Amino acid sequence: MLKKSSQIPLGANIIKPGSSKEYKTGGWKSFSPIWDQKKCTQCLICPINCPENCIPIKDGKRLETDLNFCKGCGICAQVCPFKAIYMKKCS
Amino acid sequence: MKNYNKNKFQALNGGYATAEAMRQINPEVVAAYPITPQTPIIEKFAEFVADNKVDTEFVCVESEHSALSATVGASASGIRAMTATSSQGLALMNEILSVASGLRLPIVMPMVNRALSAPINIHCDHSDSMSTRDLGWIQIFCETAQEAYEYTFLALKLAEKVLLPVMVMQDGFFTSHNVEPVKIYPDEVIKKFIGEYKPKNYLFDLKKPITVGPLVLPDYYFEIKYQEIEAMGEAKKVYLEVGKELKKITGNNYPYFEKYKLEDAEVAIVVSSSSAGTAKVVIDKLRKQGKKVGLLKPILFRPFPQNEIKESLKHLKTLAVLDRSVSFGGEAPLFSEIKNALYPLDKKPKLQSYVFGLGGRDLFEKEVEEVFEELLKNKIGEVKYLGLRK
Repeated sequence: MLKKSSQIPLGANIIKPGSSKEYKTGGWKSFSPIWDQKKCTQCLICPINCPENCIPIKDGKRLETDLNFCKGCGICAQVCPFKAIYMKKCS
Repeated sequence: MKNYNKNKFQALNGGYATAEAMRQINPEVVAAYPITPQTPIIEKFAEFVADNKVDTEFVCVESEHSALSATVGASASGIRAMTATSSQGLALMNEILSVASGLRLPIVMPMVNRALSAPINIHCDHSDSMSTRDLGWIQIFCETAQEAYEYTFLALKLAEKVLLPVMVMQDGFFTSHNVEPVKIYPDEVIKKFIGEYKPKNYLFDLKKPITVGPLVLPDYYFEIKYQEIEAMGEAKKVYLEVGKELKKITGNNYPYFEKYKLEDAEVAIVVSSSSAGTAKVVIDKLRKQGKKVGLLKPILFRPFPQNEIKESLKHLKTLAVLDRSVSFGGEAPLFSEIKNALYPLDKKPKLQSYVFGLGGRDLFEKEVEEVFEELLKNKIGEVKYLGLRK
């Protein structure tokens, strides 16, 4: 939810650390990564290459991409050796 | 109102009077580059620094772009920072002017009006500050050295309350270099008036780190700019409040504009800064002849007090606006503002635009008298150029 003028610190100052978590940049993308879990071998090449660090890893395995922050750059799909990710145009 | 009997009159030019105000403000940082006719401000202030009369860190920079950049950095760190300039210097600062206002930094900058190049000229007109009127700075035009001195204090308090930068204008040479008796108020009285500067968020608050000047995209830029629009509206109110406080020390009024024999006038002129003095002399002379003439001298130009000006001018038959600058291919800036202000009236005064004094050309009493004669004879038409050889 975008904030109103009266809710933002003056002069666009960022007055607390870590606030980039509140600024969801997922809306920028025009292509979205689609992950095929059947083809995925959990080699973890994609989370290492993701510039937004939005492919979470838990217990040594990658999870679903956090689309709130994925900008749709398509690097994950490019680097995947097993073609387990493809980019689909956002509707 | 207290009577400060110890107030001393000193023989000062406008530049030295402004430097005296800066000495009393004692800002932590002044970063400036010398340019005629701002020079007396900075040379005098540099003397105060050298004589240990202020605690200021004086930064000798290599250009005005750097001067305002250093001032912006110092101000963002959480302290009082000032600079001063003129003409080409202001033009070189242009990029940083909107940075200072956009970052909401309460910088006070004395500005000595001088014509813009080319052709190069060091004398007074208002084309320099008029070219920056839309950059989010509060703009105050002063007639005398006394006004330049006093409005510097008003500007500082106003800036710190609404978090906008303020330019305090005086006319190059006419005000900046002419010596007048200037009443200087005691240091401790001024110190108490301006108080301590306590910014809410600032860079050097190590316990509460902040980021200043981040990238803001189309989703938030408009909202940030609306904050500035609101602040300018607020500045109009706070200006009068601070003025009332300052009056307790000086006994002087700090209105949006000065009305001189305007209430019962039939015709009037609008002219700002030092030329208003010439107009007053002419008005006194014509009043003795029974002619109902008056003056409105704008002081606060940004934010522009549109409604108040409309109310003060609506009774006039004819009105002339004298601009010391032009807008090439458009109407002169002050004229255009006054014309806008009068638009809501059903019965508007007739309006005449005059451009005068470009590049420091004198405005003579005789010329102002001619303006009044033409207004009284209802000779209204296209823009006229006073003292120009066509």
